[in-house]
Amino acid sequence: MLGEGIVKGLAETARNFLGSYVSKDRLTTVQYPEERLPQIEAARNFPFLVYDGEDWQQGMRCVSCLICEKECPPKCISIEKSKDKKLDASGKPQFYPTVFNIDVSVCMSCQICVEVCPFDAIKMDVDFELSTKDRFGDLLWNKERLSKSNEYYREIHPTEAAAVDAQLAEERAKLEAKSKLAAEAKAAAAATVPAQPAVGATAEK
Amino acid sequence: MSATTAATAHFTPKPSTDGGEGQLLEVSMGPQHPSTHGVFRMDVALDGERVVKLKPVFGYLHRNHEKIAETETYLGSMPYTDRLDYLCSITNNWAYALAVEKLAGIQVPERAEYLRVITGELTRLQNHTSVIGFLLQDMGASGTPLMYAFREREKVLDLFESLTGSRMMCNYMRFGGCRADMPAGWLQQAQKVVEAFPRFLDEFERLLSGNEILMARTQGVGVLSKELAVDAGITGPMLRGSGVNYDIRKVDKYGIYERFSFKVPLGEHGDVYDRYMVRLLEMRESVKILQQAMRDVPPGPIMDAKTKLRGFRPKAGEAYGRIESPKGELGFYLISDGSPNPYRYRVRPPSLVNLTVLEDMCLGQNVADIVVILGSIDFILGEVDR
Ligand code: SF4
Ligand code: SF4
Repeated sequence: MLGEGIVKGLAETARNFLGSYVSKDRLTTVQYPEERLPQIEAARNFPFLVYDGEDWQQGMRCVSCLICEKECPPKCISIEKSKDKKLDASGKPQFYPTVFNIDVSVCMSCQICVEVCPFDAIKMDVDFELSTKDRFGDLLWNKERLSKSNEYYREIHPTEAAAVDAQLAEERAKLEAKSKLAAEAKAAAAATVPAQPAVGATAEK
Repeated sequence: MSATTAATAHFTPKPSTDGGEGQLLEVSMGPQHPSTHGVFRMDVALDGERVVKLKPVFGYLHRNHEKIAETETYLGSMPYTDRLDYLCSITNNWAYALAVEKLAGIQVPERAEYLRVITGELTRLQNHTSVIGFLLQDMGASGTPLMYAFREREKVLDLFESLTGSRMMCNYMRFGGCRADMPAGWLQQAQKVVEAFPRFLDEFERLLSGNEILMARTQGVGVLSKELAVDAGITGPMLRGSGVNYDIRKVDKYGIYERFSFKVPLGEHGDVYDRYMVRLLEMRESVKILQQAMRDVPPGPIMDAKTKLRGFRPKAGEAYGRIESPKGELGFYLISDGSPNPYRYRVRPPSLVNLTVLEDMCLGQNVADIVVILGSIDFILGEVDR
C-alpha cells in the first residue's frame, strides 16, 4: 500500500519521542553548562608542564632538552635553554628553560610532545573552557601559565599519573642504589689500596 | 529550485543546445552550499530543471598536506593524517602506518592487529551512520534521521575518546602497533555498543528504508554503471553499489582480515538507493567482524619492541600501503632516501577519485537530484583537497 512506509517511519519517530521521556538511551543530550558529562580520563586537550612539590619554578621537571620542540609537528613550542644549572625538586643540578612558550592557537593536541619527552615533564591537560577575547597574547602560553602541579596531574589522569609516579620512583631508587653502590665500592677500594701498595705499583709500571 | 536558493544564481543567456527556445541557466552551487559538506563548488548548466553540464571545482581546502609531510619526520605526519578524512581518523592512521611498516619491514604484534581491526571497524560504523544521516538530511528529511544517526555515532566516539583521548583526531596508531591499550572496562563497554548496534540499524530501516518518498527520490537516480565505475577507478561502497565485488579487506587480506568471516554486500542498479543500502548492510557485516574480533582479542604487547619512536629512519626504498577505508581505497605511497623525512609522500584519496564521476551521474537528472547524488558519494573535502 502506498504510504505504508511513511506511516511505519512515523511510528518509529513517535516511539522515540515518547521514549525520550522515560529512557536515557533515547535522550542523550545534556544541558551544558548547567549539566556536564563526566570527564573521560584519557581525554586530552593542550599540554602543560608538570612540577613537583610546592614551587613551580623549583619543581619544574623540564630540563630543557629541546626534544619536544624538535618533534612537535606544527612547531608550536619554543624553548630557550638556561646557561646555568639550578637544583631541581630532588636536589640535583639541572638545566631549566628560561623561556617555554606554546602557541595553543597552533597546537593540534596531538600528544607527540608527551610521548617523546624522556623526563615525563609535559602532559596533556583536559581543560577545554579556554575562550578568550585576545586572539594573540592569551593564546601564547608562557611557562608560568603552562605549569601545573603533579597533584593536578594525578587528579585529571589518575591511572596514567600513578604509572608515571611509580616509574619515576623506581628510576630514582635505582639511581640512589647505584650511587650508594658506587660510594661503597669507592670506600672499599680506598680500604684495599693501602694493603697492597706494591701490587698496585707494579701493575702501574 | 529550492535546493539552489542558497547558491548564487546568475543568469547567462545562451542559446539552447537542442535548438529549441529554451535557454541554459548557469548556476554556481557552492562553495558554501550546505549540501557540499565543506567547501566545494559545482558549475552547473541547466536546461530548465535538467542538468546538461556539471563542472566540479575543488581546491578550496588545500593545505599542502603532501609537501608538509615531506618536511616532517615520519612520526610527525601521523597526526596530520587525522585531518584528511576527519570522520575516519583511525583508518587514515592505519593506511599510513601500513605503508611505513611495509617500507621499514616492521612486524605488528597480534594484540595490536586486533585493536586495529576493532577501532577500524568502529570507524566504519560511525562513518556510515553519519553518511546516511547526512544523505537523508540533504534529501530534505531535516533533522530526525541525522539526529538518530548522530546519537549512535556519539556512542562510538565516546569509545574513541576513552581509548585514544580524542573523539575525532585520534592519532592512535604508531609504526609497529598502537599508541594506547584498552583501559579497564573498555572492551565491555565496546561490546555493549556493538551488541546494541543492530537494533539501531533495524530502527533506522523501519524509519526510512521502506519510505515511499525516499524510494522515489533515490531509485533510478544517479546511476553509475559497472563499466564506468571500474574504468574510473571508483572504490568502496560506491563501487560495490554498482555490483562490483571488490573489497580490499578480501583482496589484500591486510592485517588479520582473513581470520574473520564476513560478506561483501553488493548493489544491483548502481543508483543512490543501492549505495544507501550497501552502507546499511556493510554496517551489519562490520558488527559481525567486531563481535569476532572482540571475542578473540589476545593479551600481549601492543607495540613492536624494536621500533623506536624517535630517530626513525627507514632504509631507502619505496612502498605503497592501502586499506579499505570506509570511503574506498585509501593508499599512501612513500619513497624513502634513508633520511628521517620521506622523500616523497603521496596520498591516494578515495574521496577525490570517487568524485570524478559526479558529472556522469548527474547528467539528465533534475537539479534537486544533484544534492542527493552528491550525498551518496560520501566524500570529505579534507581528503579531496588535502
Ligand atoms: S600536542 Fe602536538 S602540536 Fe601541541 S605542543 Fe604537543 S606536539 Fe606540539
Ligand atoms: S618538556 Fe620534556 S622534551 Fe620538552 S624540553 Fe622539557 S624535558 Fe625536554
